[in-house]
Amino acid sequence: MRTSECDLVIVGVGGQGVILISDVIGQAAVLAEKPVCGAETHGMAQRGGSVINHTRIGCSYSPQVAAGSADLLVALEPAEALRFSHYLSPTGVALVNTRPVLPVTVTTGQAAYPPLEELIERLGQRCRKAIAMDATLLAERAGTAQAMNVVMLGSLSRFIPLPEELILEALSKVVPPRFLEANRKAFALGKAEVE
Amino acid sequence: MINIITKGRFFVREYLLGNAAIARGLLEAGVGLAAGYPGTPSSEIIESLVDLKGDRPVHIEWSVNEKVALEVAAGACWAKTRAVATMKHVGLNVAADPFMTLAYLGVGAGLLIISADDPYCHSSQNEQDSRRYAQFAGIPCLDPRNPQEAKDMTAFAFELSERFDIPVMLRPTTRVSHSRSDVALEPLADARVLPGGTGSQAKTHDGRIAPGFERDPARRVALPIHARPLHTRLLAKQQKIEEALQDAPWNRLRLAVEADGRGIIASGLAGLYAEEAIEKLGADLSFLALGCYPLPTKKIEALLRHVREVMIIEELEPVVQEQVERIAAQVNPSVKIWGKGFIPREGEFDPLLVRNAISRMIGLKETSAPTCAPPGILPPRPPALCPGCGHRAAYYAMRKAFGKDAVFPSDIGCYTMAVNMGTVDTCLCMGASITLASGIRFGGEDRPICCSLGDSTFLHGGMTGLLNAAYNKARITVTILDNSTTAMTGHQPHPGTGFTATGEPTVRVSLEELARALGAGLVETVDPYDLQATLECFRRAKEFSGLSVVIARQPCVIKSRKSGKARRTFRVSGDCIGCGTCVKFGCPAIEFREEKAAVNALCTGCGVCAQICPSSAIEEVRI
Repeated sequence: MRTSECDLVIVGVGGQGVILISDVIGQAAVLAEKPVCGAETHGMAQRGGSVINHTRIGCSYSPQVAAGSADLLVALEPAEALRFSHYLSPTGVALVNTRPVLPVTVTTGQAAYPPLEELIERLGQRCRKAIAMDATLLAERAGTAQAMNVVMLGSLSRFIPLPEELILEALSKVVPPRFLEANRKAFALGKAEVE
Repeated sequence: MINIITKGRFFVREYLLGNAAIARGLLEAGVGLAAGYPGTPSSEIIESLVDLKGDRPVHIEWSVNEKVALEVAAGACWAKTRAVATMKHVGLNVAADPFMTLAYLGVGAGLLIISADDPYCHSSQNEQDSRRYAQFAGIPCLDPRNPQEAKDMTAFAFELSERFDIPVMLRPTTRVSHSRSDVALEPLADARVLPGGTGSQAKTHDGRIAPGFERDPARRVALPIHARPLHTRLLAKQQKIEEALQDAPWNRLRLAVEADGRGIIASGLAGLYAEEAIEKLGADLSFLALGCYPLPTKKIEALLRHVREVMIIEELEPVVQEQVERIAAQVNPSVKIWGKGFIPREGEFDPLLVRNAISRMIGLKETSAPTCAPPGILPPRPPALCPGCGHRAAYYAMRKAFGKDAVFPSDIGCYTMAVNMGTVDTCLCMGASITLASGIRFGGEDRPICCSLGDSTFLHGGMTGLLNAAYNKARITVTILDNSTTAMTGHQPHPGTGFTATGEPTVRVSLEELARALGAGLVETVDPYDLQATLECFRRAKEFSGLSVVIARQPCVIKSRKSGKARRTFRVSGDCIGCGTCVKFGCPAIEFREEKAAVNALCTGCGVCAQICPSSAIEEVRI
């Protein structure tokens, strides 16, 4: 029996804007009068480390998604997608930004960064569908690379049970007004990528 | 935010972080003073209060440490203003002295202590359980399961505190403080003093008790002659508090249809995991969710009489379990208790762990979690010092000057992440770098000793250690890594910054003058971005015959970036011989590509790598 309508796991590297995505989804869910909950990474791990954020739409139970049951894995960085892929349900979908952020262990030569094709292929074996896109490039096209997270928000909006207008309304509350236009563009580009 | 009119009542729902919900609860309860020291996962409570308070007359402060915060809050409550002290769990150790005796002396207006626990040590040096502290002191403890309960309990705590003349603890965990959910809000109160009240106390124009301290030695002066009867009074309260909390809305009992079956008792967030698991498994189980300590004995008895097996689900210590075992011995000695040993006593729970534990008890198949990506494929991504962080440069120079044989006690802050640089030999608790260094010297260590701690940590718990080192003639070097903020917890101000928690300008305490006043013989300040000067400074400190202090001052790069300071740009020229010296420095802005160094987009322009490069191959790009 399901205890939530939709379970998302959003992952990336500290500073990429993972929390903004869940904040927008959460606020949109409140506008849609649905219960919503989630868990975030704060503190030490934010300093360039891996970050994971759980968001559960239509749910008033645990803030954490159980391993093996995420309907959607949204990764702002490809290696992080695979690192947290055990959260994916076999019937889930993975949305992945293909632009790597090299960890210190790689820049200092202690570890190697795996080829992108391998990451996506392994991810594809763990879920129904893995969709890869260069969200950073799309964000640059929209006017600012900073809006990469909003590109990902645009594409994930196709997979969650919330009306697009409410997501955009929530976005306009979270993003500073002067960046709103670029962010709306980024959202549309992300959405078009999965249509 | 959404406004809904239901049955004539005005409800507002908002998607709130647990700590923001707590701040909201504080203002709904009319808190008049909030004092805290930053510590993950508690820091956003004070920050959210600052954002939310508007023009309400609420005193909000970042205190110098948790002991100070609790004492300030206690003073305010004795002046009949509702007060709160916020801290992380280990901060309560610092505040333990006033904490234990306040339970004897009692409160004026309500006093709330928020101690945020961190199972799994997400951002902490241990995973101690604050419920034990509440039990130890004999004060009530509220254990919320989500942001809504955290908010509601916060408001309730003040009433409880005033009713029983006792401080109350709220104990959120990381997964409550740092979770978000839709929270139903009540209107904010504007009062900062006790509502209503009888007797001869001074009243304000609208009938509230006016704030102010009233002399009452028997309840404010902990002389032995007062403490003895106060202890008796504290013990006598326990039964009454338990009775009052018995039917609190956060203790929920649901008995299974069938008697002689199985049951679950779970506390706080674990109760939410358990409830979800029961729903998912569709099992007919008796269930008692707990949110208040002292625990509701009658409810526990009722459940124990109804079952033949019971599972206790609580994160960390077996606080509930120990009491259930005691009660079971009286009301149902044959009941089988599934507790610690079967469920972990360390780390944090997750939905699957709890579901599988329940499945095992009721004989259902467990759900196996998908395996993680095979090890070796993914490069580790540990948290690290930021590109351009001044701490990295200071540590680089420190190690060069003192040599790899020296002893480097360190402390708690961002710089602890530099453990791989070889300059972090110890990390115990706030401020312990200086005292450990002294002890290591007095314990017979002859090699050079250079300890390090941050500016906020120095002001929190390092000053007394420095005073002690001077007084007792410790021959050590103390390095204050001064990034002019409390960086790790999110850039809170402190007395060295010249600003208060609410952003008002205030006295700016000089670390140099402070260090001299505390008795340091040599005090020097350097900019760690100037590598040569820093090296020479460390060498002088090392050679100094007494107690030396080096203040390595460079503002936190994250703060500088936000302030929009212009950056320099660097690149690697054709002179690079691929020696790897710069890469070993460990700055994430330097990469190795095809056997040569390269500066990537993360570079903040500090220029330290250019000073390290033996071939002078890293150069500034001049536009």
